[in-house]
Amino acid sequence: MTAVTALRIDQLNKTFSTNAQKVHALDRFDLKVQEGELVSIIGPSGCGKSTLLKLVAGLDTDYEGNIQVFSEPIIGPSKERGFIFQEHRLFPWATVEGNIAGNLKLKDAAVRKKIDDLIGLVNLRGFEKAYPRQISGGMSQRVAIARALLRNPKILLLDEPFGALDAFTREHLQEALLNIWEKNKTTMLLVTHDIDEAIYLSSRVVVMDAHPGRIKAIVPIELPLPRTRSSKSFLEYRSLIMKYLNHDIEEVEDFSI
Amino acid sequence: MATVMTTELEVQHLPRKEKAVRKLPGVIRAMAIPFIILVAWEALARSGYLAVNLFSSPTLILLKGYELMKSGELIKHLAISLQRAVIGFGLGGFLGLAFGVWVGMKRKTEQYLNPTLQMVRTVPLLAITPLFILWFGFGELSKVLLISLGAFFPLYLQSFLGVRNVDNKLFEVAKILEYSTAEKITKVLFPGSLPNILLGIRLSLSTAWMCLVAAELLGATKGVGFMIQDARAFMATDKVFVGIIIFALIGKLSDSFVRVLEERLLKWQDSFKA
Repeated sequence: MTAVTALRIDQLNKTFSTNAQKVHALDRFDLKVQEGELVSIIGPSGCGKSTLLKLVAGLDTDYEGNIQVFSEPIIGPSKERGFIFQEHRLFPWATVEGNIAGNLKLKDAAVRKKIDDLIGLVNLRGFEKAYPRQISGGMSQRVAIARALLRNPKILLLDEPFGALDAFTREHLQEALLNIWEKNKTTMLLVTHDIDEAIYLSSRVVVMDAHPGRIKAIVPIELPLPRTRSSKSFLEYRSLIMKYLNHDIEEVEDFSI
Repeated sequence: MATVMTTELEVQHLPRKEKAVRKLPGVIRAMAIPFIILVAWEALARSGYLAVNLFSSPTLILLKGYELMKSGELIKHLAISLQRAVIGFGLGGFLGLAFGVWVGMKRKTEQYLNPTLQMVRTVPLLAITPLFILWFGFGELSKVLLISLGAFFPLYLQSFLGVRNVDNKLFEVAKILEYSTAEKITKVLFPGSLPNILLGIRLSLSTAWMCLVAAELLGATKGVGFMIQDARAFMATDKVFVGIIIFALIGKLSDSFVRVLEERLLKWQDSFKA
């Protein structure tokens, strides 16, 4: 069985011009993600990792190069490319189930069934009728994940989804995400600034460099799931990625893939 | 985390009876000052310290109110006043809402319309009244138009503000979830600006009410405002008070109605339980 390419990015260039200044956000960026893969992108702030995600989502269509999702070019935003923002972005006036349903009808039996299943999957039984203000940040983010999953996205884009949460909740949600990924095998592209999160979750970690944003290295994580954060091999990956993030490429040249 | 949540939810779903019992002390506290004033007023009027022909007394006003009610005079005036208020508020409020949303949604519309409307807004309504009478006569039209002009601005301003206050980030979500334009309006824009719109309705209602009184005092042959003016000419102080009380009651009633609406529709708001 040959793997299907879920996401293919070729020679992607993106510049922002503010007043007289031009900022090169992404420079000749290439990336291929296979179907069912969970790939993390990590890098210093300003490396264009969030910009990249916005481009794949279709929220910004001003770029040079080529982005294809399942061999189709990106025209605009689509529910086929689910997006999880750093903030949960739930509609404050809708209940948990109302938020997950969004513009779909809760009364529709098929939708109802899927929502009930998803509420079970993200562990929110009993909170169906609660408003966002009544639930915690971690729960809200789980609602946002369920909202994206209801639309059967071909790829799920996550923009530092757990960055605003406390450490305890973050680990809990990382486990939950891994759980969902193992069950659904949804292709995921995760932007993060948390090295442990990247190693814990992904099959590959893309390390980026800033100004201009380009790929410094791609590190495949060859550890069986579930991973232990304190294991020796985990820490080795950690220091390797740290080196990529902190030092010049020459020092770790022998690791290149 | 989970246990805290359940208790929080339980509090919100308290049975109605219990809620009413809890509210009772508040109601009593609210009534305390009016009650003291009424008792003092009655006592001063009866003992002769207050001139009854100028200040009347609570019992005299009550009697007069009953008499006016029985003869049907009050109902007749009230009906015409309410009719003017409803038509005027309906027209002005609707236009205010429509223009507010339109201007809020489109920058170009804002650039064309907003400066002019803001300019007109600063003109005191009472100053325009003579013009309205000149143009539209003493009939119903001038009154209804004056009321709608008064009702227009608060709703215009608040719905404009409401639309602008809707978080752009939520529109981004709506785009990704592929909401249609109609869904973006009904499921994002409308609920998002509802707090402001409801506030606008409340403000509009009170301005409409004020304009009604002004219009009826300045020239009318029917209506509660006319009744007051007419009673003043005959020094019927008790009748003046009956009119004032009617205005106050209806004003309070309509305000409470919008408050109930707010409580129902905005229970999702964090800041509502003040």
